[in-house]
Amino acid sequence: MDIRIVGLRKEFDRYPALHDVSLDIRSGELIALLGPSGSGKTTLLRIIAGLEMPTEGKVFFGDEDASRKTVQERNVGFVFQHYALFKHMTVGANVGFGLKVRPRATRPGAREISRRVSELLDLVQLSGLERRFPSQLSGGQRQRVALARALAIEPRVLLLDEPFGALDAKVRRELRRWLRELHDRTGHTTVFVTHDQDEALELADRVVVMSQGRIEQVGTADEVYNSPGSPFVFSFIGDSSVLPVTVSDGRLLLAGSPLALTPAHLPDGPAQLFVRPHDLVLVEDGPGVIGGRPVAVRRHNGMRRVELAVDDTSERIEVDLPGEDEASLPPRLSVAPLKARVYTDNGDSAAVTTLRTSRRPRVVGA
Amino acid sequence: MAHDAAGSARRRPVTTESPAVRVTLILVALAFLALFLLLPLVAVFDEALRAGLDAYFAALTDPDALAAIRLTLLVAAIAVPCNLVFGIAAAWAIAKYEFRGKSFLVTLIDLPFSVSPVISGMIYVLLFGAQGYLGPWLRENGIEIIFAVPGIVLATIFVTFPFVARELIPLMQEQGTGDEEAAISLGASGWKTFLYVTLPNVKWALLYGVLLCNARAMGEFGAVSVVSGHIRGLTNTMPLQVEILYNEYQFAAAFAVASLLALLALLTLAAKSFLEWRYADELSGGRRH
Repeated sequence: MDIRIVGLRKEFDRYPALHDVSLDIRSGELIALLGPSGSGKTTLLRIIAGLEMPTEGKVFFGDEDASRKTVQERNVGFVFQHYALFKHMTVGANVGFGLKVRPRATRPGAREISRRVSELLDLVQLSGLERRFPSQLSGGQRQRVALARALAIEPRVLLLDEPFGALDAKVRRELRRWLRELHDRTGHTTVFVTHDQDEALELADRVVVMSQGRIEQVGTADEVYNSPGSPFVFSFIGDSSVLPVTVSDGRLLLAGSPLALTPAHLPDGPAQLFVRPHDLVLVEDGPGVIGGRPVAVRRHNGMRRVELAVDDTSERIEVDLPGEDEASLPPRLSVAPLKARVYTDNGDSAAVTTLRTSRRPRVVGA
Repeated sequence: MAHDAAGSARRRPVTTESPAVRVTLILVALAFLALFLLLPLVAVFDEALRAGLDAYFAALTDPDALAAIRLTLLVAAIAVPCNLVFGIAAAWAIAKYEFRGKSFLVTLIDLPFSVSPVISGMIYVLLFGAQGYLGPWLRENGIEIIFAVPGIVLATIFVTFPFVARELIPLMQEQGTGDEEAAISLGASGWKTFLYVTLPNVKWALLYGVLLCNARAMGEFGAVSVVSGHIRGLTNTMPLQVEILYNEYQFAAAFAVASLLALLALLTLAAKSFLEWRYADELSGGRRH
């Protein structure tokens, strides 16, 4: 089932939660809505489900205008952040709930319902737990019961709100892989909300990055990581540092002096240079490099992450250095970006690299 | 050594009062309880049975006493279901929806608790009495409210208004709308959501509220006294009957009827304690009547 979202706007008491959001989701796709809290991702998901009504705009399921339909009519499977399992019902009754409450004409018989329930529990690998109560299950098991319950109504679309948010890291990784397999097997169009970039990048076919009620970028994991469409996406996905620069004739000036970078075809004016810590390398001191004084060092993913107070500015940037080096750092370091991106204030951007690098292989002792 | 020291430190109570102070406090509390609660309760039953069991049952089977018992049961049988429906509706509206004037509504629900019951009764006389705002219209249409059963029912409903609602509101607010949203997303209609999801989630708090509501409905004196007119055998509830008998120096009969009310109070207390003990987690925490 395709989902088409057109010009969606949502205000809560005149406080805008979504501004003019449009998005096409292809049938069978696994989509992540990624953003910090308050970015409107959950609101968007709830509008697709029909749990919230948009102030303006429409949601189409295929060719049919779903915004005119109630939650019940939309037939979506929704998995809530805290699962919302009915705690007075057994696992079996929870999973079968959606079938049991159907109008008499379309309701399957009791035996058929219990057959479907055990089939679904097999699917989520919880066979034989029908008679347990939710309170007797672990977090990961509850999550899978919630999923089975949502799948029981044969939904046209599967929506998951922070599906792994309340689980510990190990269970989360297992469930992530398992959800991907389940999606590939059942082929439901699936949309899930997360604030965890690893989760979004690893699991989704396409990632929708959101900020302050707007979609910043839609793309595959590689696209949003390698060519972030906005300063927000660059800083939200992966680690990054930012330096204020000025564009002048395609050259980038840091604190008045030009950086040795390939030209950026951007209009003159103030801009921001974004760079990732692992894209910075040590170079010999010279014109056009970024020089600075190391002010802090910490261990990070097997590397040493050095915080550099950049000369002639009040800015600090982070640089990853090889981790095995135990030597103390020199009082000054010079670095150059292998890869960086410049964003002007009016939304233009360009990728830049260092012109010529005379790398230093490793930090030498002071 | 260190282990022993920690052990003895744990055994010492955190409170620092000396044993003498503690014993004194406990004794004061117990003495107070005995003097003001237990003694009157015993006195009620003692006075009721003073003239012997035969007189006791004769007093209870007196036609006026029977009429009062019947009326009290009737009033409770109408008022409690009304407030049950109202309480659920109000709690639902307050806990599950956002709307303007919500905090005002919450305050309003508490009004019957803060207003003297006599005033509540007077309001009804002012509204429905012969000289009241609606009096002439009611008389023309042959509807009797004041000094009749409808007035007593209305006054009782007013006074027992908050019990069910106040029991449900905090619980339903705490539970939020998650379960209901899950139910409707699975295709359940509003009614089925209420029946299968909301109601089971609040059933013990609801029962608790109904119990308190019922106890108050049967025991209400002030408001009912104003609107009833004290017509013997017609508009006297049990508390009113007790007062009349007492004023006529029929102490044994008065205490016989009173003992029934006391018995009801004891049963309510027992049922309430049982619910609190058995379903403590599911009842709204912190607030106990």
